[in-house]
Amino acid sequence: MVIARSGSKRWIAAADQAATKLGLRVGMAAAKAQALVQRLIMIDADPAADLQALERLTLWALSQYSPVVAMDSPDGIVMDTEGADHLQGGEELMLSGLVNRLRGRGLAARAAIADTWGAAHALARTTSRKTVIVARGETAKAVNRLPLSSLRFPSEAVAGLRTLGFATVADLAATPRAPLTLRFGPEVGRRLDQMFGRVAEPIDPIRVAELVEVQKSFAEPIGAPETIEKYVTRLVRQLCLQLETRGLGVRRADLIVHRVDNTVQALRVGTAKPVRDIAWLTKLFRDRIERIEPGFGIERLSMAAVLAESLVETQSASSLIEEQITDVTPLIDVLGNRGGQRIFRVAPVASDVPERSVQRIAPTADEDGATWPMHWLRPPRLLARPELIEVIALLPDHPPVSFTWHGKRRRVKRADGPERIFGEWWKRSTEWIAVRDYFVVEDDTGERFWIFRSGDGVDADTGSHKWFLHGVFA
Amino acid sequence: MTSAVASNAVLTELREKIANLEGSGVRHRSVLPFGVGEIDTQLPGGGLSYGALHEVAGGGNGAIDGAAAALFVGGIAARTSGKVVWCLTRFDLFFPAFAQIGLHPDRVIFVEGDREETVLASFEEALRYGGLGAVVAELVRLPMTASRRLQLAAEKSGTLGLVVRRWRRPTEASDFGMPTAATTRWRISVLPSEPLAVPGIGRARWLAELMRVRAGEGGEFIIGACDGQGRICLSSDAADRPDQAGRSRALR
Repeated sequence: MVIARSGSKRWIAAADQAATKLGLRVGMAAAKAQALVQRLIMIDADPAADLQALERLTLWALSQYSPVVAMDSPDGIVMDTEGADHLQGGEELMLSGLVNRLRGRGLAARAAIADTWGAAHALARTTSRKTVIVARGETAKAVNRLPLSSLRFPSEAVAGLRTLGFATVADLAATPRAPLTLRFGPEVGRRLDQMFGRVAEPIDPIRVAELVEVQKSFAEPIGAPETIEKYVTRLVRQLCLQLETRGLGVRRADLIVHRVDNTVQALRVGTAKPVRDIAWLTKLFRDRIERIEPGFGIERLSMAAVLAESLVETQSASSLIEEQITDVTPLIDVLGNRGGQRIFRVAPVASDVPERSVQRIAPTADEDGATWPMHWLRPPRLLARPELIEVIALLPDHPPVSFTWHGKRRRVKRADGPERIFGEWWKRSTEWIAVRDYFVVEDDTGERFWIFRSGDGVDADTGSHKWFLHGVFA
Repeated sequence: MTSAVASNAVLTELREKIANLEGSGVRHRSVLPFGVGEIDTQLPGGGLSYGALHEVAGGGNGAIDGAAAALFVGGIAARTSGKVVWCLTRFDLFFPAFAQIGLHPDRVIFVEGDREETVLASFEEALRYGGLGAVVAELVRLPMTASRRLQLAAEKSGTLGLVVRRWRRPTEASDFGMPTAATTRWRISVLPSEPLAVPGIGRARWLAELMRVRAGEGGEFIIGACDGQGRICLSSDAADRPDQAGRSRALR
C-alpha cells in the first residue's frame, strides 16, 4: 500500500489487490486504514521515482510495440498502435502479450484499444478485465456507461457534476453544452469531444537521445504517392548512412507522417535480422506506402531506427563453382511485414507420436540438418485430429479387412503393419501403457490410408481398441 | 551418292553450330528433366521449364486431400537446389513424408496465409524474388488474370512456380477445366501399388496425366511414386518388376 502526504494529511494513493480485498480504498485516510487492518505495510509515495519508472517503461514500449508512444501521466502509457500491430500478430495477440509480459515483471497492467485516446484511457482504468478491444466505430457505445471520473476532468469538476446528479458519460453527453461550459469551463466539453473523436488529440511521441532519426520537412505539403515514395527512399538512404557510421543495423524502423492538420500517422516495419541495405528497407516501406492517407497534405516525414543492433559487414566468400544459395531473409521480411500470414519452418521433435514429431520454428532459425527417421513410410497429409472409423478386423495383429470412413465402405486389398507406437509415459502419466498400432492400408481403387488402432488388441488397458484414420497417403 | 554424304556432313555441322549458338548448357539449365525419357520428350526442352508456372491437381478424392499432387510437387522441388517457399492456407502437410523423398526440412519455408488472396500475393512475391529453388502454392481458385501475373513473375525471375490445386468439395474440382496461363497442367491420381511377392504394399503408383502443355503434346503415364531423391520412374503393369526403390525396401 502506498501512502501519499500533503502537509499533515496522509491518505492512500495506491493499494494492491490484497489490500482492496480488505476494504481499503484509494483516497482513504491512512489513519483509518491502520485502524481497519493490523500490520499494514505502508510505503511513502515517491512521485518522482514513479515518473522515472514510467518513462523507462514507455521507452521499452517504444522499442517493442509502436512508433508513437507517450506517457499518460501519472499512471499510464498511451500508444498509437495503428500500422504496428501486425508485427505482434494482430491487436488481440499484441494486447494480451503486452499484459502478460508486464505481469512477468510483476506489474499488474490493464490495457484497452479504442478509436480515441480518451476512450482507451477511460476503458483501461475502469474495466475489471485485463484487456479490452473496442471495434472500430463502436467507441460511443462502449464508453456510455463509464463513470465521470474516467473522463480526465479536474477532480473539482467531477465532484461538482456528481452533486448535480450526473453519474455516467452518457448523462453528460446528453446534456446541452452551453450551461456546462458556463459552470465548469471549456475543459468538460473538450474532454468529451476528445473521447468521442470529435476533436483530434495527437500523441506527442517520446524519443530517446541516442535514437537514429532522420527527417524531412516540406515547405509545400506533399500528397502524391510518387512524391512520398521519392522522399521515403531519400530518408532510407540518409538513415542507412547514419547507421553505417555507428555500425548498426535496423531491426525495427518507423516512418512517422506529420500531416498539416496536426495528426500523426505511423508505419512500422520489422526485420528478422539487423539490416542496413537501402534497397531492402525501401522495399519494406514501399509496400506499405499505400496505407498512408495524406489528407490535406504531409508537412513532415521522419524516419527512426527504433531498435538497432550492431551489424558487422562480412565478406562473402566467392567460389569457382556456382553453387550459391540465395539468402531469403529479405523475402521473409517483406512477407512478414504484410500481416495476415505466419512464416515458419518445420523441424523434427524426438517423439514417436506422429502429431508431436513436427514443430514449427522461426524461418531464420539455425539450420542444423536434423530430419526424421526414415524407416517407416509416412503420409504426406495428416488429419488435424484422427477420425473415428468403423472397421472389421481380426484381433490382435491383423490389418483390417474393410473399413468405413465418411460413410464410404472400403475393402482393404493390401496392408502393411502393424507399427507399434508407445505412449510417452515419461512425459504424460496418462499414457503410461498407451499403445497405438499403425497400419498402411490400400483399398481396391488404390487409395492408401494411414489408420491406427488405439490399444494393442489384447489388453483393454492399453487403449479403447477403437480404430482411427490419421493420414492420407499419395 | 557422294553428294548425299557431303550434304549430311554439312547438315550435322550446321546442327552443331546452331546448338552452340543456342547454348546447350543454358538450355540444360532452363529445364528440370524428370529423368524419364517418355515424359521428357513430351515436354518442350526436355523437362519442366524453370521460369514458368506448372499446375498440379489430384484426381478423384485426391482433388480434396491433394496428397499425391503435393508429393509429386515435393519430389520436383526436392530435385531443385536452393530454398523452397511453400504458401498455403491450412497447414496439414506431414513433413516427414517429404523428408523421405529428399526434401530437407531446412530448405522449406512455409507461408501460411489466412486467406486465398494472401496466398496469391505471397506466391507472386516469392516468384519475383528470384534465386529460390522452387515456389509452391496450394490454391483453390486460380483465375486467368492471377495465373497470368504469376506466369510473368516466374518468367522474369526464372523461378520454378508450382501450384497444387486443391478443392473443398468434389463438385468444385470441375474448375480444373478452366483455362489458365500455366505452362503445364498435370493430374496425378493414385493407382494400386506395385505388387510384391509377399503381402504388403509396394512402391506407390500414380497415373500422371499431362493434360496441357504449351508447345507440346500431352500424354498419360503410369509412374512409380517419388523415391528417396524425389525421382519418379515409369512403371509397367508387369507384376515382377525388380527395381524397388529405397522407400519400399524400407517397408519390407
